[in-house]
Amino acid sequence: MTKGKIKAIVSNLLEIEFYGEVMQNEICFVTLGDKSLMAEVIKIRNQRAYAQLFELSTSLKLDDEVLFSGELLQVDLGPGILSKNFDGLQNDLDAMKGTFIETGQKNVSIDFDAVYTFTPLQEVGAQVQAADWLGEVPENWIAHKIMVPFKLKGTFELVKIAPAGDYKVSEEIAQLKGKDGEIVSVTMAQKWPVKWALKSYREKFRPSKIFQTGLRVMDTLNPMAEGGTGYIPGAFGTGKTVLQQAIAKNNQADMVILVACGERANEVVEIFHTFPQLEDLKTGRKLKEKTTIICNTSNMPVAAREASVYVGMTIAEYYRNMGLKVLLLADSTSRWAQALREMSNRMEELPGTDAFPVELPAVIANFYGRAGEVALHNDSRGSVTFLGTVSPAGGNFKEPVTESTAKVARCFYALSQKRADAKRYPAIDPINSYSRYLDYEEFQAETESIFGANWIEKVKKMKDLLQRGIEARDQISILGDDSVPLDYHLDFWRSELLDFAIIQQDSFDDIDMNSPLARQQSMVNLALNICEYTGDFEDFNQVSTFYKKLINTFKQLNYSAFESDEYEKYAQELKATIA
Amino acid sequence: MEIQAFQAIYTEITALTKATCTLKAKGITYDELAWVDGRNAQVIKIEGELVTLQVFSGTEGIGTAAKVIFAGKPPSLALSPALGGRYFNAFGQAIDGLSQPQGKEVNIKGLTVNPVRRQLPSEMLSTGIAGIDLNNTLVTGQKIPFFADPDQPFNRILAEVALRADSDRIVLGAMGISHDDYIMFRNSFKERGASDKIVSFINTSEDPPLERLLIPDQATATAEYFAFEKKEKVLVLLSDMTLYADALAIVSNKMDQIPSKDAMPGSLYSDLARIYEKAVQFPEGGSITIIAVTTLNDGDITHAIPDNTGYITEGQLYLKRDTDTGLTIIDPFRSLSRLKQNVIGKKTRADHPQLMNALVRLYADASEARSKQENGFDLNDFDVRSLAFAKDYVRELLDVRLNIDSESMLNIGWKLLAKHFKVFELGIKQEFIDKYWPGEKD
Repeated sequence: MTKGKIKAIVSNLLEIEFYGEVMQNEICFVTLGDKSLMAEVIKIRNQRAYAQLFELSTSLKLDDEVLFSGELLQVDLGPGILSKNFDGLQNDLDAMKGTFIETGQKNVSIDFDAVYTFTPLQEVGAQVQAADWLGEVPENWIAHKIMVPFKLKGTFELVKIAPAGDYKVSEEIAQLKGKDGEIVSVTMAQKWPVKWALKSYREKFRPSKIFQTGLRVMDTLNPMAEGGTGYIPGAFGTGKTVLQQAIAKNNQADMVILVACGERANEVVEIFHTFPQLEDLKTGRKLKEKTTIICNTSNMPVAAREASVYVGMTIAEYYRNMGLKVLLLADSTSRWAQALREMSNRMEELPGTDAFPVELPAVIANFYGRAGEVALHNDSRGSVTFLGTVSPAGGNFKEPVTESTAKVARCFYALSQKRADAKRYPAIDPINSYSRYLDYEEFQAETESIFGANWIEKVKKMKDLLQRGIEARDQISILGDDSVPLDYHLDFWRSELLDFAIIQQDSFDDIDMNSPLARQQSMVNLALNICEYTGDFEDFNQVSTFYKKLINTFKQLNYSAFESDEYEKYAQELKATIA
Repeated sequence: MEIQAFQAIYTEITALTKATCTLKAKGITYDELAWVDGRNAQVIKIEGELVTLQVFSGTEGIGTAAKVIFAGKPPSLALSPALGGRYFNAFGQAIDGLSQPQGKEVNIKGLTVNPVRRQLPSEMLSTGIAGIDLNNTLVTGQKIPFFADPDQPFNRILAEVALRADSDRIVLGAMGISHDDYIMFRNSFKERGASDKIVSFINTSEDPPLERLLIPDQATATAEYFAFEKKEKVLVLLSDMTLYADALAIVSNKMDQIPSKDAMPGSLYSDLARIYEKAVQFPEGGSITIIAVTTLNDGDITHAIPDNTGYITEGQLYLKRDTDTGLTIIDPFRSLSRLKQNVIGKKTRADHPQLMNALVRLYADASEARSKQENGFDLNDFDVRSLAFAKDYVRELLDVRLNIDSESMLNIGWKLLAKHFKVFELGIKQEFIDKYWPGEKD
């Protein structure tokens, strides 16, 4: 094992003189009394390694000893990840002792002594390759696949497999023989370096299926796709986190990974508090059972922010390789970028725009590229759908993180300050936001098979009506209520109806917070029928009174359970108004 | 300065800037406290045998042969119940003429609370101010700043909020506030009989700016002691965080760090978050609530300091002068309390959220009507009614001088709605209308 000594300290950047061989991104440990503090090498020059420390550097000094581990930052992949609360380095937060996180304490990731009931899926003699399923164990409601280690290259023969029964995670459950006769022992768990994409699959597709979020402004107007990518930029107070949490609650994924990256601790506490109680719409079990949280809040080590998003992505890819639909949410990718900036700055590198490191766009592109829907070698399909929030400085989207993300993410959910100020939530701007998937023929076909024929037309129609509403509003405010034709008022109020009835959604109301696709279809058809109505109005006051009443009825409908008597009553009331 | 026998004295100064001093020294630990010719300093960089110190009171008059001694430990504070009622400077030294309290010495930087050991903040902190209790309800364990222009009476309102709120302990961290405001805080604590429950760390505009860097840590370390060890409900007041951030920028600049937006260090977000995240609700009952002040330049919230603050804190409160009535109110549009969802409609009456939203939305309609009026357009009947409503809303609810209990706020809200509007103009759930609407249900 290579050893080294600390030669310089600036905040959490250490300069280490080393004696032997050191890798880029290698993990090393600094000895501080009886503790050892973890750090990651981020640059090597002239026998000096520069490492970012995952702890505070208080009390470190010149010539303190450093041990290099010979390994990159890795995660433990195996049963026991679901429902866990990890920190940014996959340490189990619940397994830590005490109220405060002590510096340099020994931690655990998954429980290697836990016992799971194993069922083999292969027989001795089978030819297998990396990521092939050898067997499965039940983990919550998921059939957790035990896979051939991802690090193996080429074909192997299965020479031994454990019979069905109970085993510890750390016990051998299979033996593989390689071409040269070498024997590989397989347990339920394996390790994988977080910065490398897990590529053991046959092929990656272009996303074609809608990823249901229960939010009308997304599913109806700007749909996300299974295996797709999207980003949500917004100034503070525009509702990024509430939006992400709403998506985390109402989706149809098999598994959800929430990465709290450099954000508020209380937001994660809310999830800790509510998810064990909330029911998952997909499985009918508790939400907590399909959710894993990676939590590196803003007061936790800055260097672990970068690690946290990669740990999340690697776990997502792992479950994807079991043929599952995984949703990965990261809040906020800007904090990760800022962590990169802090380090780049301390290393005195020449800065790019706004002092961010010049490689930022490449780093972001690479990360978003890891999402997608894939076919595994056994033809099963799995996907990683990724949604990241961006916190642009000053709420201005012309900044490096937002711009770099825009180039790679296919869906854009712009949170508008104006809408947030007017308490029109979710504050997603329906016009400026987009979903590139709406342009994919295969996605269009899939979507119309759910929402009915001409659906894409209807979506365009709604966007046109919203656009016309904005123009009409501008004209009215320039020329005055009296000086514009009545049609302008009609246009304006139609867009208000779509805004209040379809786009706005009360994420704190048990019913309105989630609209299943069938409900969205019904509501959209109802709203568009109203927009066809031209009526017989004498003046603009009549128009506004008429629409205000309609909006009020529509709001009542939104608070009623789909297809309930109440819902039907309000729907009839709306239809009667325009009959 | 505690000089002990046989303590090593270093005199080989190799570099001096306005804020830092670099010297040759051995066996020095990172973050360690030191004294340069008796002035307080702290290790911020170690490079081989060269150690760089930030000298809190500035380096004017420090010579190349200055005597430097090291404390062997990071800045610490002696914690005990005896801190109650006392005034200290940024180094935790008594400035009220009384003796220095003894107690358990702790590193003021402290440790991070394990997020899974936090309790969800869900206890309302009432202030009697409708702009807060009704529109932006605060919760114990929350962190929230006032975003204020320098000419607004933010420190007076901060003191008022602190004194009205139900707490066991108030910790004041004053950074660069005027001497006059310091006296104001002291007098109002005294007059309102709160002298014993306050602990103050004071750095006024007369004190060296870099000393401010220690104030938030002193205040939060004290708060953590009373909240965690003594299970008290602690309220921390930090004013003015903008001046704290300015001090960070000075040090970063003298360390030749590349500035990011607005000449602020790239680590500003993390630096501020470390302080604000000390706000916590412990499961054992104690809590730390932080109410801070961030002064703005000409109302500009896109500046790096308020911008980063907004991303960290759980909302923000803006002070505003209502143009129609001339009264100071908490701006209902831009202010936000993110944790209000944990209590409104749950710990308060069920109609609270919808009623509050309707009131704010109608107040927004009034402000549109006003701009229509200013642009010379005719007002329609709804515009006229919303303008009349806005006046009542400010006079009977929002005026910060009023002290109303939260149930009465809701009743006044319904009364104002019924006075000026019809049911269909509100978009409120029918069940609440049935229960609370005091007027005719047309």
